[in-house]
Order: sequence, then structure tokens, then C-alpha cells
Amino acid sequence: MSNLDRIDRVLLDCLQNSFPISATPYRDLAEQLGITEDEVIARVEALKQKGIIRRIGAVLDARAMGYYSTLVACRVETGDLERVAAAVGALAGVTHNYQRDHEYNLWFTLTAPSAEAVNRLLQQLQQQTGATMVSMPAVSLYKIDARFEMSDDSGR
Amino acid sequence: MADSTLITKVIDFLQGDIPAVHRPYASLAGQLGCSEADILEVIHKIKAQGIMRRFGAVLRHQQAGFVNNAMVAWQVPVGREDESGVQMASYPQVSHCYWRKVPEDFPYQLFTMIHARNEEELQQVLNAIAAAIEIIDFKVLRSIREFKKVSMRYQLEDWLLPSSKEEV
Repeated sequence: MSNLDRIDRVLLDCLQNSFPISATPYRDLAEQLGITEDEVIARVEALKQKGIIRRIGAVLDARAMGYYSTLVACRVETGDLERVAAAVGALAGVTHNYQRDHEYNLWFTLTAPSAEAVNRLLQQLQQQTGATMVSMPAVSLYKIDARFEMSDDSGR
Repeated sequence: MADSTLITKVIDFLQGDIPAVHRPYASLAGQLGCSEADILEVIHKIKAQGIMRRFGAVLRHQQAGFVNNAMVAWQVPVGREDESGVQMASYPQVSHCYWRKVPEDFPYQLFTMIHARNEEELQQVLNAIAAAIEIIDFKVLRSIREFKKVSMRYQLEDWLLPSSKEEV
């Protein structure tokens, strides 16, 4: 991103990796970066406006909270894709919903308070849409870490 | 206010967007009739308990310059899923790595999300993984269209933290 300067990039890494648990997190970051608190706040606001920062907050662990999630693959006629995708996306527990380049052409994640709830929702969705849906629940999780190194271009 | 109610309210707040202001917890503390320190204590607590796995900024990777992204499903020999999954997870461009239960017509047990700044970097990661790990076959499942991408909002109305009652 050409419109991000060095300070923005370092700030984005700090915001992702070490957002202070403090009553004054932006002042703490300002001290770390050697700029004023008002500048930190203005830069964070601008990064949100540009759409680079989706939000700042907690990323909760579905498993630790007792939630169950799965990845679901569907085969849908191309002409029917929008209708099925809309029905899928209407569920609050669907967080990712993508058309993908495969015979299984619609893939989404579904999270709910229990395995029973997930299976019930899937059954309802299949009845409602007529699409066949295959659930691929996790056997093991090796990594979940959607952080993006912004200040070190050479590192990736 | 009961501790569990405080925790629920704070978690609800943290699932939204913490504002870019000098004292981002002051107005919540005012609403809840507690101190900012009480809120920080809850944040430390849910972090220690593992309920919060990360605290900070969530980026939109496309806007952040990671424009070549793919879900890649890998078929590895049965029995080699764990070691292969651990190895795949060690690549910084791999943000997610799972072993999944898959149907017979889709025998690719390991799933990775790969984020790269350009097509060349994406291919390099694919080649590196394919060279380092015994792969039978793999499928690059590129996204053609994004219908939905949001953060999960957990509804905590009637929910108490496991074991929180005694500890808070």
C-alpha cells in the first residue's frame, strides 16, 4: 500500500500485536512510537476510514467459549448461486461465505453454540434452498492467526 | 452489578470497535457504574482464560495489501495429517491450518488459508509446502466472489464464563 507511511505500518503492527490493555492505549502507543497521542488517534481513525482496520477489539476463541464451528461446501447451479448464497448469508453464525473455483462452488463457515445447533441449521438450510451441503468439521486445529506483518516487507 | 453481568457487558463491547479516543473505556464505565480499572481487569481475565485469543486490530487483508489469497486443500497420506499440519502452520503466509473430516469425493484433509502480496509470493509458498511435505494432491480454491465476511458476534445474554463464578 503506497499510501501508508512507515509510521502507519509500525502502528498497524503494534495495533495487531500489542494493543495495550490500558485506560489510555493510544497514549501508551504514542510514547512507544515517539509521536503525540493526538497523532496516533488521527492515524487510527484514518486507517479505519480507509478500510484497512476492520475494527479494534477482542477476537474471541469459539472453542474456549464452547461454540462449535464447521466449514461447509455446497454444489450449486451457477444460476442459483445468488439465491442460495443469500439464504446462507442471512444466518448470523455464517461469518465467511465465498464462491470458489471448484465443483463445490459455495463455501461457508458456520458457528453455533453446539454441534446439534450447527446440524439443525444445516438441515434447515438444505430444506430451504434445495442445495446439498457437506459439513467438514475440524479434526485438529494447527493455526489460527490472521495477523499481517505490515512494517517488514522483506520478511514475507 | 453481578460480576458475570459486568463480564458479559464488557465482552459485548469488545466484540465491537473500540473507539479511537483518549479514554476509550470511560463511557462504558459510566454506563455500567464501574471504573475503567474494573473493565481492564475483565480484559486481563478473559485473555488469561483463553476466551479472548487476541486483543487488538483486525485488518481487512485486501485493503492492507494482501491481495492474493487462497484457500488451499491438501491431500496428504493418511496418518501423516498431524506432522504435515504442524509444518504447514509454520509458514507466516499461512494464517489458518486445519485437519478436517472430508467426504470421499473431496479427499483433501488439510486446509490452509494463504495470504500473499502478489501471485508470485503465493506460488512460492505453494511450491515450498509441496517441496517440504509429502503431498498426494492439492486444490487451490480461489475465491471468485465474496458474499459475506464478518467477525463472529457471540450472543452472551444468558451465558456465564465457565468457572468464572468462583474466580471473579
